[in-house]
Amino acid sequence: MIEVRRLTSSITAALAAVAMAMTMAMAAQAQDSAARQRSIVVASTTSTDNSGLFGYILPIFEAETGIKVHVVAVGTGQALEIARNGDADVLLVHHKPSEERFVSGGFGVDRRDLMYNDFVIIGPKADPAGIDGMTDVVEAFKKIAAGRVPFASRGDDSGTHKVERQIWRQAGIDASVASGAWYWETGSGMGATLNTAVGMDAYSLSDRATWLSFRNKAELVILVQGDRRLFNQYGVIRVNPARHPHVKAAAAKAFVDWLTSEAGQKAIADFKVDGRQLFFPNAKGLGP
Amino acid sequence: MDEIYAAAAAAFGLILDLDPDLGEIVVLSLRVSLTAVALATAIGLPLGAAIALFRFPGRRTMAVVLNALMGLPPVVVGLIVYLMLSRAGPFGVFGLLYTPGAMIVAQCLLIAPIIAALTRQVVEDLWAEYEEQLRSLGAGPGRAMATLLRDGRFSLVTVVLAGFGRASAEVGAVMIVGGNIDHLTRVMTTAIALETSKGNLALALGLGFILMTLALGVNAAAFVIKDVAQRRQG
Repeated sequence: MIEVRRLTSSITAALAAVAMAMTMAMAAQAQDSAARQRSIVVASTTSTDNSGLFGYILPIFEAETGIKVHVVAVGTGQALEIARNGDADVLLVHHKPSEERFVSGGFGVDRRDLMYNDFVIIGPKADPAGIDGMTDVVEAFKKIAAGRVPFASRGDDSGTHKVERQIWRQAGIDASVASGAWYWETGSGMGATLNTAVGMDAYSLSDRATWLSFRNKAELVILVQGDRRLFNQYGVIRVNPARHPHVKAAAAKAFVDWLTSEAGQKAIADFKVDGRQLFFPNAKGLGP
Repeated sequence: MDEIYAAAAAAFGLILDLDPDLGEIVVLSLRVSLTAVALATAIGLPLGAAIALFRFPGRRTMAVVLNALMGLPPVVVGLIVYLMLSRAGPFGVFGLLYTPGAMIVAQCLLIAPIIAALTRQVVEDLWAEYEEQLRSLGAGPGRAMATLLRDGRFSLVTVVLAGFGRASAEVGAVMIVGGNIDHLTRVMTTAIALETSKGNLALALGLGFILMTLALGVNAAAFVIKDVAQRRQG
């Protein structure tokens, strides 16, 4: 019996340690919470963060308003999920149908167009599929499939992946049957997928911003661009405070208002990599 | 090979410039991992020793489960902690997600089983050696536990370092629960993943060199402390 009592006491000690762990984590949190009073979390895509856009425009917004913006950069699918759970205050992604479903489902309010750029097909300079200079993206995909040349797909339900699947559908090709043969689904972000394409001399579909700011291009170049179907619209949505009362509604609205204001739109247009503009503001409904 | 030279150059450049962003990331990495190690040690040492010394039903099963938990995939721990700390989850009201606190909780869960399982082995081996002596002194498992943890403290330093190694090297859990937010939850491993995805392979590898140097520093410090203590003991 004594042993059982000792065992109980050491279990109690372990539980106390767990409680202590929680307390210390909470203390760490209290330390951070002062900084979080005037801060919001934005769930966004990797393209906006990796390209350096946020690094350029957020300091301008923060200087104007004193509101700190924390960006969680993930694929559009995961960003939607994070916002749906109420773990972000603002959602900034690029797949209009999903965004509209998000709003009609009651998870978000006030979706606004923010900016656009476009997708491009990149591939090896040698271009074994012979698509260089084509402007019909569906025909280009057909040639890639016919040639069975390697194609690296995001495979992660991101905005880019959704567009890519849409193009395969329009081409009448079920690329998934070739998965693992010439069609590789990396299940990763755009940058990781580009690294795969570089490593294997594969073709891929990328947003222009990530491609232009990507530093490991090696032998890959843009082969197909300019098709209207490659238009890439970004939208911004506030997480619905009626559904998630803890969201920082006022700060979130201030951020979205600023992004779509003249000052925010100018900041987006001013952001350049190697002298080239990556995102084109169109909050006022101006398209290409 | 050029990439590796460029990486070394990038690492030296960052260190020589005393890059403030790098400093912030290094400090946060150490703060998160060392806190997680401290908490996991507070949980793992008594738990492992108790399983080694007390006789109770299910003890063997517990030892096997603990050994298996050493292989917990970080990304699974990250997901579980995310679901727990999400606003939609049971602990959502604390608002811990996307804070260093969440990263500490995740790493602590990841390494507590490693420390507990290895401690169990160390203490069990010591018990086999000293059982007779301890019994003749009339020491029960409780006394034995205190004595053996004290006796095995030098081996247990290595156990704790194994936990630190796992915590400082993992990326899957902190990426999910921390969100890799610049100036808030970005640590060495998530910064390396980010730079890799941006195609900055040399910078990513350079950060890797710095992380390995940090780990070397922590291990060297532990070795020196252990050495001095052992010598003082005679």
